[in-house]
Amino acid sequence: VEFTKVAADPSIVNLGQGLPDISPPSYVKEELAKAAAVDRLNQYTRGFGHPSLVKALSQVYERVCGRKIDPLTDILVTVGAYGSLFSTIQALIEEGDEVIIIEPFYDCYEPMVKMAGAKPVFIPLRYKHDGNSASSADWVLDPAELENKFNSKTKAIILNTPNNPIGKVFTREELQVIADLCIKHDTLCISDEVYEWMVYKGNKHIKIATLPGMWERTITIGSAGKTYSVTGWKLGWSIGPPNLIKHLQVVHQNTLYTCPTPLQEALAQAFWIDFKRMDDPDCYFYSLSRELESKRDRMAQLLQEAGLKPVIPDGGYFMIVDVSTLNVDLSDVDEKQPYDYKFVKWMIRSKKLSAIPLSAFCGPETKRQFEKYIRFCFIKKDSTLDAAEVILKNWNKQMA
Amino acid sequence: PIATSETFKLPFSLQAKMSRPVQARRLEGVDKNIWVEFVKLAATYSKVNLGQGFPDFPPPDFLKEAFVRALSGENHMLHQYTRAFGHPPLVKILAQFFGKLLGRDLDPMTNVMVTVGAYQALFCCFQAFIEEGDEVIIIEPFFDCYESMTKMAGGTPVFVPLRPKTPKDGKLMSSEDWKLDPAELASKFSERTKAIVLNSPNNPLGKVFSRGELELIADLCVKHDVLCISDEVYEWLVYDGKEHIRIASLPGMWDRTVIIGSAGKTFSATGWKVGWTMGPNRLLQHLRNVHQNSVYHCATIAQEAVAQGFQRELELYGKADSYFIQLPRELQQKRDWLVQSLDAVGMKPIIPEGTYFLVADISKFKSDIPDVPDSDEPYDSRFAKWMVKNKGLAAIPLSAFYSGAHKSIYNHFIRFCFAKEEATLKAANDILQKWKQEKTSP
Repeated sequence: VEFTKVAADPSIVNLGQGLPDISPPSYVKEELAKAAAVDRLNQYTRGFGHPSLVKALSQVYERVCGRKIDPLTDILVTVGAYGSLFSTIQALIEEGDEVIIIEPFYDCYEPMVKMAGAKPVFIPLRYKHDGNSASSADWVLDPAELENKFNSKTKAIILNTPNNPIGKVFTREELQVIADLCIKHDTLCISDEVYEWMVYKGNKHIKIATLPGMWERTITIGSAGKTYSVTGWKLGWSIGPPNLIKHLQVVHQNTLYTCPTPLQEALAQAFWIDFKRMDDPDCYFYSLSRELESKRDRMAQLLQEAGLKPVIPDGGYFMIVDVSTLNVDLSDVDEKQPYDYKFVKWMIRSKKLSAIPLSAFCGPETKRQFEKYIRFCFIKKDSTLDAAEVILKNWNKQMA
Repeated sequence: PIATSETFKLPFSLQAKMSRPVQARRLEGVDKNIWVEFVKLAATYSKVNLGQGFPDFPPPDFLKEAFVRALSGENHMLHQYTRAFGHPPLVKILAQFFGKLLGRDLDPMTNVMVTVGAYQALFCCFQAFIEEGDEVIIIEPFFDCYESMTKMAGGTPVFVPLRPKTPKDGKLMSSEDWKLDPAELASKFSERTKAIVLNSPNNPLGKVFSRGELELIADLCVKHDVLCISDEVYEWLVYDGKEHIRIASLPGMWDRTVIIGSAGKTFSATGWKVGWTMGPNRLLQHLRNVHQNSVYHCATIAQEAVAQGFQRELELYGKADSYFIQLPRELQQKRDWLVQSLDAVGMKPIIPEGTYFLVADISKFKSDIPDVPDSDEPYDSRFAKWMVKNKGLAAIPLSAFYSGAHKSIYNHFIRFCFAKEEATLKAANDILQKWKQEKTSP
């Protein structure tokens, strides 16, 4: 909330908040216009999810997961993936529980766990190489350290793959380590997979729920906003076994009851269009990913040329950058904030470029470890990246 | 040592099962929901659906056009996140519009918050203000979520009934005849009372609380330092020249009241799920806290369209073309039509002063559905289920709007929604007429 206010200024090139400034595909907008023209679709629909939408979701995910998914009992439609996280945590987490959160993490996990009365237990991704960290794959969990975080109070672990902010795409082996611990300790897994379609060459998005023994204990969360570049539609979904989903449905019926109808209908139609071409490279799920990959590469190059060290993400639309190499002296800034917060504020003021400080994504113990990084969002139109390029090219000139 | 599946000796089926109880205790007692059941029944059996409260006519053209303009316009950023606490054009116009009505300067950023329907506004209020040890006074009959939301927040609901006084011979009862007993109401306030929920115009009865009745409630709120959650979603649907009075405008009340409103009810677009809260910053700041940790943003496009709707209504306020004048006029006619229809067949309607609901006494039709003594289910619920399955007419039993202990007190009433096209109301009439004929002929 803090940083979105600053970046609302139009003179600033906004690579901070994670929202596209590209247009959603035209057929998505057309489907919404069509839906809004139908009288019945301007009134309440089924609380747990508009029938045509849950049907479409079940088809798409049956194909991806290779298992039968019942649209009425295995799916809940929510107000964004954010709403799914909230429903899941309110349904399944309470006082006395511990929830493992992998750092750096999307910042809402911690307050949501606390609001449910539970204790967040943090474990950081650790950078495994000395020297130049080139890739998000270089950030890994220490299996022994992870094992130590599990105990009899551990109710759930929150997994986010592809990860925001680093862009790490967890490998099958890494997921197996987590899965084994979940099964051993009889723990739930809350898997935030909103960036599931944004994986780049050489990487594959694997759903932890498809690993043996995991379907029964996993809630998988997805997002229309990220899938179709319509963050303002605020539609998401939770998929899992009926004995878990039913509790999310109880939360939902006591919090907002139904999600907007015309948006759900339009989303259903968009999903049918892309479901039919899931074998075709033109499917939006793949074409968006290709488009983003070239933006990623361009962003990385610009940053490197400016003397910054980007961590190339394997997935997602964020890139973290080590800014310590610039040696910007901010010691005169008389604030107790971490370095990255001060850096971003300085960068917004003096360079008219915004990003998000990485310590926003950490628990209290790890802020020092991540305070030399900032996060850029690259799902931006060419003119935005052009404007960023101008700033980055001139960066060194001004520094000299 | 790294845990691997090879180290397990247990059979796979035992390994895989999530064996301990999973759900949080806050879900206890809030899992049942009448709507899930009755909406399903209506979807399966009804030919004429006067059950769930939504119009079967479309939103006004000006609103639909605003929606299409927003989604297809040059500014495609309307498909992306907007301000979390409310799209700026919407909160600005709401502050302006309601500021006028309340006679107060409202700051759009701190005195208004947009929510996913009035339902989510209610949720934010209960989560923000109620916790274990708190009591919440709920006036019966009530929109059912007040009770479950109080419980989910850990609070204790305390019920106080509206009591009907028998009308003069031959006259039909009015929602006005259902009143609070002042002494009884006062007795419900204790030092544990955190809030009272007021719903005026009231769902399901249609009662529009009078100034005197609101002053009674206000005095007690001030005396006991209690918050007022004021659900005013039907604020424009008042009939027979009655006035909707906002309790927040009474002395001492602005500072302790959260007003809840709904675009769905205001503009006949329930499927858009746009609602709002208004009140002093000292209360709204806590709603913002809950909101940003539960939903965060509300969908942008509908907010943009609703903002334009309100802009139009601000310009036409009090004029004949105002939707806020035309809609209640149309609905009053439909109300009168349904009242006549029900009265003609022997169902005794209670004439509502507001909302688009009316409650009718079905005692004369009891012979069709015999009473089952010692049944768990209230009679009116069994009646409503039988009626939708056998007559194709959907309505909601009044017991749905009462707390568990009181469900059998008023068990011969059902609620009809009359926000329906003429054709729908006529079809309902046909079903009722046919049913009556079947009763009278051998």
